[in-house]
Amino acid sequence: MEVEKFSYDNQIVKQFVIASVLFAVVGMLVGLFIALQLYIPELNFGIQYITFGRIRPLHTNAVIFAFVGNLIFAGIYYSLQRVCKARMWNDKLSQFHFWGWQIIILAAAVSLPLGITTSKEYAELEWPIDIMIAIVWLAFGANMFGTIIKRREKHMYVAVWFYIATFVTVTVLHVVNSIELPAGILKSYPVYAGVQDALVQWWYGHNAVAFFLTTPYLGLMYYFLPKAANRPVYSYRLSILHFWSLIFLYIWAGPHHLLYSALPDWAQSLGTVFSVMLIAPSWGGMLNGFLTLRGAWDSVRDNPVLKFLVVAIAAYGMATFEGPMLSLKNVNAISHFTDWTIAHVHIGALGWNGMLSFGILYWMIPKMWGTKLYSKKMANIHFWITTLGIIFYAVPMYWAGVTQALMWKQFTPLGVLQYPNFLETTLEIIPLHVIRSFGGLLYFAGLFLLVYNLIKTAKQGRFIKNEEAEAAPYTIEADKLKRGMIHHWLEKRPVKFALLSLIVISIGGLVEMVPTFLIKSNIPTIASVKPFTPLELQGRDIYIREGCVSCHSQLVRPFRSETERYGEYSKAGEYVYDHPFLWGSKRTGPDLQRVGGKYSNLWHYLHLEDPRQMSPGSIMPRYPWLLTQTLDTSTTPSKIRTMRSLGVPYEKDYDKYANQDLIKQANTITEDLINNGAPAEPDKEIIALIAYLQRLGTDIKVNQEAGK
Amino acid sequence: MLSEHFSKIEGVGIFPVISLIVFFLFFVVTIVWVFRLDKKYLSRMENLPLESSLENNPTGVSSHNNSEMKDEVNQ
Repeated sequence: MEVEKFSYDNQIVKQFVIASVLFAVVGMLVGLFIALQLYIPELNFGIQYITFGRIRPLHTNAVIFAFVGNLIFAGIYYSLQRVCKARMWNDKLSQFHFWGWQIIILAAAVSLPLGITTSKEYAELEWPIDIMIAIVWLAFGANMFGTIIKRREKHMYVAVWFYIATFVTVTVLHVVNSIELPAGILKSYPVYAGVQDALVQWWYGHNAVAFFLTTPYLGLMYYFLPKAANRPVYSYRLSILHFWSLIFLYIWAGPHHLLYSALPDWAQSLGTVFSVMLIAPSWGGMLNGFLTLRGAWDSVRDNPVLKFLVVAIAAYGMATFEGPMLSLKNVNAISHFTDWTIAHVHIGALGWNGMLSFGILYWMIPKMWGTKLYSKKMANIHFWITTLGIIFYAVPMYWAGVTQALMWKQFTPLGVLQYPNFLETTLEIIPLHVIRSFGGLLYFAGLFLLVYNLIKTAKQGRFIKNEEAEAAPYTIEADKLKRGMIHHWLEKRPVKFALLSLIVISIGGLVEMVPTFLIKSNIPTIASVKPFTPLELQGRDIYIREGCVSCHSQLVRPFRSETERYGEYSKAGEYVYDHPFLWGSKRTGPDLQRVGGKYSNLWHYLHLEDPRQMSPGSIMPRYPWLLTQTLDTSTTPSKIRTMRSLGVPYEKDYDKYANQDLIKQANTITEDLINNGAPAEPDKEIIALIAYLQRLGTDIKVNQEAGK
Repeated sequence: MLSEHFSKIEGVGIFPVISLIVFFLFFVVTIVWVFRLDKKYLSRMENLPLESSLENNPTGVSSHNNSEMKDEVNQ
């Protein structure tokens, strides 16, 4: 058959590589900065835009979607062309994808510090950006499928399956989790409330980790590891099994983020069972990676690329063993809301994603510039600094996590909490946080060795913009279909393959969510639970804007240690008007579900002005701007209308006079503050926030009093 | 709220059981199918990334024969 000449597009790979490395530096710098703020709260310099609550999402988004995201695209664009023996379908679409993605990142970098956020973890971006993400993501998918369809290679290599599953699943996740009703150009409320919102969010959150941080990277592993080791993958059979069981199982495991929460028990158990089962495919993949190097371990010693890949795969194995363990209810009872979770995700992020990225970069850049790596020695030093960085990061955080849990749960022989003041537990772990930031600093410093080494490598070579290649064209007629070869058949039909992947991932999601949506009895309603007043609603949006949820949970679990500390445990029915839910995932500060009525208005006023006035040693940032900024009440009517269309039972036309109620309530609070000597003004933002905080968890108290 | 538009369904406890059975069947079918795969196909796929780039072999023809590799390892 005649051989066709064509070329691979390296230009687009180069662009994504540069963006990835650039945002790695930015994302990790922000990470280091907020790690320091956790023990030096003054480090926000009194500027609201760089306060912890607002820039923590900037760190997570930058690392996940900018650093890792751009590297995924770089790796896919490099490997997909080569295993398909075809140039990317459309160069213009590639460019649209690239620039579109960077604009989204830019929009995130501007909007998050401004406090424009949905507050849902890893899905903080507001609805206009959500739409941009959907468009750019679909462009990427079209380009990928176009390339697969016009490929010259009969079969789709396993890496490509992982890419397809990534595309399909992330599309579903993004759409389902972003169904929200705009209440303004940069403000929206999710259609889900409370428990349902939590379930959807953690179905998303868990699977964002699975299908954005894991499956694409597994695809990259299946391509770049054999390339770097110059030997085929250990078992192709195992990779097929790995793929199908992984994508089938992963989607079920989301509820393990909500153990002991107000989520129905059966859904929690389902999450646990499937999480434990996930060990099998994950470790199958890890072993497949390690065994690919069988007989080649000697080359790991002097090949920095392989070193990075090996540690990455080891971190994958550790994280995927730890994950299922953390989803056991008795382990989760200890680990949840503590720094243990932070340690766990960083084994994944720094170890698996970071190390695999660095390995791929050290391999790919010399290839694309037609040269050798500038300095192997420097890459080796980078490897050791990075490895040490991970250890210095993770060990103190595990320690801190266990310390927190033990102190939170410790009772004296008399049966009262040994550490009733939450602050004690925070101060105890500060030295560990100091060591953690040192680990982060090491990892961050290593990044500069990578940047320098890669720039030097590029300078000594010449960039091959279009890499010449040749291959025979592939036609379906030229291929005789063998009997019993279902997968061959499937592989030749990428669109059907994608559909099957969609079905496989949908089963888990549907089984979990449909019952919760269908059955009223899953969320018992509580008569005394009433919608927020307009002022409380505005206050809640300030709570969301400032990212309070980054450090404060609103979920009291049914443990004696928690009910003693915070009060009655949380009921599903209490959250029916919470669009969005604000349960949080970490307690750097205490839970706030029952904070309403616990302190005076004056206490909150002074505490928000400077937390150390009320709690000496507190690491909470100051919020002086809340005292001076005027509350924007022009948004009240549209917010009320949006809530009404979401089913919150405000009276008809309430939006027209909601602001009257708002002013009345604000005046009452202000009066109380003035009577107690605070120079409060009724139109300031702090009044709304105090109103919201004083409301939190009180509906149930009303209920109990009425019951008596 | 969405749930208000639907009515109650019975026997929610069966959901996890069904799920487990569905996955188990899925897994068994996948295993059977994986082991019935053609060896030639597997070997071709294993070597696909290694042959597809010109930097390894400018002719575009595979120089990595799987059985050779295995022999190397055994030695």
